[in-house]
Amino acid sequence: MSTIEDRVKKIVVEQLGVNEEQVTMEASFVDDLGADSLDTVELVMLLEEEFDTEIPDDEAEKINTVQAAVDYIKANVEGA
Amino acid sequence: MEKSAMKNRVVVTGLGMVSPVGNDVETSWQAVLAGQSGAAQIDAFETEGLATTFAASVKNFDVETYMSKKEARKFDSFIQYGIAASVQAIQDSEIEITDENAHRVGVCIASGLGGMQTIENNHNQLLQRGPRRVSPFLIPGSIINMVAGQLSIMYGMKGPNISIVTACTTGVHNIGHAARMIAYGDADVMVAGGAEMATTPLVIAGFASAKALSTRNDAPELASRPWDRDRDGFVLGDGAGVVVLESLESATARGANIYAELTGFGMSGDAYHMTSPPNNGEGAAAAMQNALNDGQISPAQVQYINAHGTSTPTGDIAETEAVKSIFGDDAKSVKVSSTKSMTGHLLGAAGSVEAIFSLLALRDQVAPPTINLDNPDEGCDLNYVPHTAQETAIDNVLCNSFGFGGTNGSLLFSKFEK
Repeated sequence: MSTIEDRVKKIVVEQLGVNEEQVTMEASFVDDLGADSLDTVELVMLLEEEFDTEIPDDEAEKINTVQAAVDYIKANVEGA
Repeated sequence: MEKSAMKNRVVVTGLGMVSPVGNDVETSWQAVLAGQSGAAQIDAFETEGLATTFAASVKNFDVETYMSKKEARKFDSFIQYGIAASVQAIQDSEIEITDENAHRVGVCIASGLGGMQTIENNHNQLLQRGPRRVSPFLIPGSIINMVAGQLSIMYGMKGPNISIVTACTTGVHNIGHAARMIAYGDADVMVAGGAEMATTPLVIAGFASAKALSTRNDAPELASRPWDRDRDGFVLGDGAGVVVLESLESATARGANIYAELTGFGMSGDAYHMTSPPNNGEGAAAAMQNALNDGQISPAQVQYINAHGTSTPTGDIAETEAVKSIFGDDAKSVKVSSTKSMTGHLLGAAGSVEAIFSLLALRDQVAPPTINLDNPDEGCDLNYVPHTAQETAIDNVLCNSFGFGGTNGSLLFSKFEK
């Protein structure tokens, strides 16, 4: 089974239309990968879908990198 | 000359189209001249229970020719079609948008209904999975002015940016008003037209309930038959038509290819009924007359009319009456055809797609046919160019559109002479 890292990266690659190599753990969705505010909202929705969870808005605002997404999922989603 | 009397001449310098009979201008035009229907059974969704199970959809459209997959996903198909037709038209015109001219280049493109497919999909999400599953792109990706908005972003066009919504007259009204903006001096170049993608379950159900659509489900290609005795409603179509309009001064200065001059634009309101025109076609006639007045052209100088001709029982009669009332004795000699017999009815894109066919009729000196006109209905006795195209000398063409609400528009294009 894919790791959480791989699953998050796959969503980011597809959603933002970027190359896998660009999607490092530290890459900022907005500053490095060209996302705008609407893209980041949709990205969080897709993460919720993939990991079958609900991310509160105040937490979602902090998810700006792959690392932040992975950290959030590890800390909050059981069985992920 | 008094400043108030000054009026810039407007010419057409670029064409772009995505239609049920082709994904560019020349492919569509050749299909129309050959009398090919774009109607077919719907395979995009389950049609069980719908009174009409066919439409004239766009086929094999490759959006990635015009924008990245990532961009495309945000936009309803009508926006994708509109952008595609616009990019084609801009390339055809060879206009370059620079820091110097950006404020003089504008966009006037709309749709009749907007992003219905996107709205329906998100409404399904809302009902089935709740508000948190509604896309942040629902609104920006479905609103009617987003072809104009996105196009201006892509090219840096900082002139007027507007969308005029008038149901099935949308395409004609956007082109007509864009021309007025150039004539008045608001802009030197306007990208203008209409786009539509309304072959969705909800829209088909709605038109079907209004008894507006043909239900000839066993033979879609025979369903759109304007003025024919056995017509039973229109065929819904998808696509986009966009033209580049330009002041004569601007076009001449850069040595642009000029298709024709837009010499006249006329409008009127029926003040009659939500969906039906008056039998005498009074409003349609007024739109044509106003366009002729605007261009100072007499009916006898017009050789071809691209009719609204939707294949509905009342509309076809009313338009015929309108032509007779304006043209009098010349009504029998003017060629009147409905390219909707092949493309279906593209609603907000109809007028702009048909304006392009009108311009090409003028360019190639040929009137495209009305297919499926086997038995002209009683009272339908004009030269509708049945079945096959007719080569003929054409100096001036009219292009008509009439919409729900009783909103009428007519464009007059003339062979360009210095």
